[in-house]
Amino acid sequence: MLKEFLLNNFSKIREINRKYAKPNVEMSRWVKVSLLFLRLYLIFLVGLLLYKFMTMI
Amino acid sequence: MFNLSKFYYKFRRVWKAIKLFFILSGPGIVVMVADNDAGGITTYAATGAKYGYNLIWFLVILVPVAYYVQEMTVRLGAITKRGHGEAIFAGFGAFWGWFSLLDLLVVNWLTLVTEFIGMTSALRIFGISPLITVIGVCVLMGVMVINGRYWTWEKIALVFCAVNLIYIPAAFMVNPSVHDIIHTGLIPNLPPGGFNNELFFYLMANVGTTIAPWMLFFQQSAVVDKGMKEKDIPWGKLDTLVGSILTVVVAIFIVVVTGTILKGINIDDAAQASQLLIKTNKYAGTFMAIGLFDAGLLGAICISLASSWAFGEVFGWAHSLNNKIREAPWFYANYFLSLFTAGAVVLIPNAPLVLITLFVQVIAVTLLPAALVFLILLLNNKKTMGEHTNNLWQNIVATFIVVVIVILSSLYGISTLFPSMFK
Repeated sequence: MLKEFLLNNFSKIREINRKYAKPNVEMSRWVKVSLLFLRLYLIFLVGLLLYKFMTMI
Repeated sequence: MFNLSKFYYKFRRVWKAIKLFFILSGPGIVVMVADNDAGGITTYAATGAKYGYNLIWFLVILVPVAYYVQEMTVRLGAITKRGHGEAIFAGFGAFWGWFSLLDLLVVNWLTLVTEFIGMTSALRIFGISPLITVIGVCVLMGVMVINGRYWTWEKIALVFCAVNLIYIPAAFMVNPSVHDIIHTGLIPNLPPGGFNNELFFYLMANVGTTIAPWMLFFQQSAVVDKGMKEKDIPWGKLDTLVGSILTVVVAIFIVVVTGTILKGINIDDAAQASQLLIKTNKYAGTFMAIGLFDAGLLGAICISLASSWAFGEVFGWAHSLNNKIREAPWFYANYFLSLFTAGAVVLIPNAPLVLITLFVQVIAVTLLPAALVFLILLLNNKKTMGEHTNNLWQNIVATFIVVVIVILSSLYGISTLFPSMFK
């Protein structure tokens, strides 16, 4: 039953990935810059979290 | 006679508009009042206790901040008929979609735990055990959704929003000086000591509690579930404006209560403020505790729904409060699972509740900037938004607000990681 549940969900996730593979927002320069900013921001935050975690140990 | 008929005609028109507003209002008022959740109440109580009335003017500034961000979710929801989670998937692809959805799941669950912390600590003041509180809240929240009608759920939520106004009579009970409120509160000024790190920390905390990631997801999904159409957008905006005024009014009255009685005392949480208030003014303290419980409950109601809606939209499950449990089993399973597990955490002896409370702020800043940036980009997508695309003025205002929120809430989250940063 669990196997069936997991398999169903994995196939559902694959279906979602296929459905949303192509973004419908036009990738203009501003959109690309904004997404790049978000990526850098998240890398910075993850770096801070890792630093905090390592200095706590 | 002519004047009388003209007056009657005008009265009928106004009455009709009021009735229409009451039918269409809901998501904006509920989300905004729920914004004053257990964490928010603690922030306002601590601000009042620390700086008295001096920062009331700053809270007033938060009305347009909250309004301009949230009204965008009304337009986006009414036009696209998609919740924020699904809109991110469709607009920016699966990577950003999964990131937002999973981050929302984590941050909402952690925030839900903090709501239970607030509710249990509020009712503990009245001698009610955390176990009874958690069971009672789960039953109440189950009853709210069990009859399968969005309308019923919304009206019950609005009753709890009305209870949130309990801080207004509480403020009158402590006899504040109206002269002082006007002169030191409403006129922009800096508290004694000027602008220092500690004041900056409090300003960040107040901005940080004004917009939370779940609010964007909740209101957009609620607009869709309510079935609001393009023609209802002006009413949705009015609903949001009324909500943002209400939330700041409540915040101001909390600051007045603690600023009058507890000025100069460092407050760690709102339950502690209630206990201290009870010693001075029994009724004001009791009202504060009731308000804290109600705030936690409203927060829990909205947050658990925000996650369930988002997952339902993306996975394609039936995900409406208009569905009965057997019609939308996964939607309700998600709702109850997050509710029960978050409630159970509070009951675990020696659970790291303080750590969870601090961790919420850190995780929230990983999602908030992304959710806000996506919101502005989606509102600029002419293909889907048509005539409701952001104009230049709206973009300038929204971008300015979003940049300020992102900077201040990020610094607030980072200061949680490094507490000595602003001390």
